[in-house]
Amino acid sequence: MQTETEWKFTAKDIAEKPDLFLSGHRACAGCGPATVLRLIMKAVRGPTIVTNATGCMEVVSSIYPYTSWAVPWLHTAFENAAANASGIDAALKILKKKRRIKHEHVDIIALAGDGGTYDIGIQALSGAVERGHDFLYVLYDNEAYMNTGIQRSGGTPLGASTTTSPAGTVIPGKLEHKKPIADIMVAHDMPYVATASPYYWRDLLVKVRKGLEVNGPAFLHVFAPCPRGWRSDPAKSIELSRLAVETCIFPLWEAVNGDYQLSTPSKVFALAPQKKKPVKEYLQVQGRFRHLFTPKFEKLTEEIQRVTDERWKRLLKKCGVEQRAKTTA
Amino acid sequence: MRVTAKEKSWKEISPAGVCWKASTQFLTGDWKTYKPVRDLEKCTRCLLCVLFCPDGAIHWKPEKGDIEFDYNFCKGCGICANECPAKAIEMKLE
Ligand SMILES: Cc1ncc(C[n+]2csc(CCOP(=O)(O)OP(=O)(O)O)c2C)c(N)n1
Ligand code: SF4
Ligand code: SF4
Ligand code: SF4
Repeated sequence: MQTETEWKFTAKDIAEKPDLFLSGHRACAGCGPATVLRLIMKAVRGPTIVTNATGCMEVVSSIYPYTSWAVPWLHTAFENAAANASGIDAALKILKKKRRIKHEHVDIIALAGDGGTYDIGIQALSGAVERGHDFLYVLYDNEAYMNTGIQRSGGTPLGASTTTSPAGTVIPGKLEHKKPIADIMVAHDMPYVATASPYYWRDLLVKVRKGLEVNGPAFLHVFAPCPRGWRSDPAKSIELSRLAVETCIFPLWEAVNGDYQLSTPSKVFALAPQKKKPVKEYLQVQGRFRHLFTPKFEKLTEEIQRVTDERWKRLLKKCGVEQRAKTTA
Repeated sequence: MRVTAKEKSWKEISPAGVCWKASTQFLTGDWKTYKPVRDLEKCTRCLLCVLFCPDGAIHWKPEKGDIEFDYNFCKGCGICANECPAKAIEMKLE
């Protein structure tokens, strides 16, 4: 087991570690999830098996006969990354009992997109967590079903235009708010749940490592901008993952055995609310929200701001953090 | 798509569909229109570009104490240029 001091990954430590998610994958230029996977695979601590639900990251990394995975990796159907992880966990237990594997411990990572988690994979995930299997589930959230052409998911935010919630004369993009998936996972009474963003890479890596080290199931919700689906500049994917935290539309926190704690990058905005940016700054650089800046749908940005603030306040309460009054300095 | 002589036909593919070639044998560098070019003077070797590149196309070489771009894989997204705190990277038309 690694001690806490050894978690202080520096940029050099990470850069020197060999890639386990290899170059040559076929993700679009500027793909946020690809950076997320590269970073996540730098935090593994030993023998690791990855299982990956159908979606962009599965498709782009396993185009026959090529693989981008330098670890054992299994593709699974769209709906059951967590069921596959449960099976691997059960198999490893038996192999260990029969002394058929030499490793003392093997880590398991299940990967899926928002479609494969919020909507289709949630029952397999809920079951695996309830049964207490020892694995880390990583949700890379690009906020729509990207691999099949940008359809809305339970993770798509209000007002985003997708092919199944197209902004036009009738609707202003998606009509519903984003489902609070990580809170739903906390309600499972599981040992470790956290949210992360690739811009805050050290925070992300530490959370991956914590999730692996915990005994039992862990859930990591990682923000992952998709330039294709978000109609954003490929160069801005990492910038967007910073803006999402700075606007508090995607705050960073962790819940250890159900106890919420605000993570350092988000703490800044609780202690100094004047630093919190308006969500408009985040929305206006993405084509999927373009229509919100026309007179017809303008009101929706206010609604997005209102709900963002409301959820942020509720989170602070859960974390036991008082929001300092806005100083008018 | 036609199967070339070197690739296996479906009859020879293992039932589980095992991928056996590392994708590093598949060069994605020809996707790019713009190419990152670094100003050696400005670069502080902070390594942020190495961490953020989605394609693992920037490597840290400890023996040289410097970074190196691998244009075989760079897709020209511009993330490195956008994130460089020293503004040391410029995207130039290939
Ligand atoms: C049960 C089922 N329904 C639909 C599909 C088709 N399908 C494959 S990938 C995908 C979208 C995946 O979306 P997401 O999980 O968000 O991952 P992303 O592509 O965005 O990375 C769909 C609909 C499927 N494979 N299985
Ligand atoms: S569609 Fe989006 S998530 Fe999928 S590979 Fe392209 S950029 Fe990445
Ligand atoms: S981000 Fe900029 S300063 Fe840092 S290593 Fe890369 S080129 Fe150099
Ligand atoms: S342009 Fe994009 S792919 Fe090329 S080195 Fe920079 S970050 Fe990597």
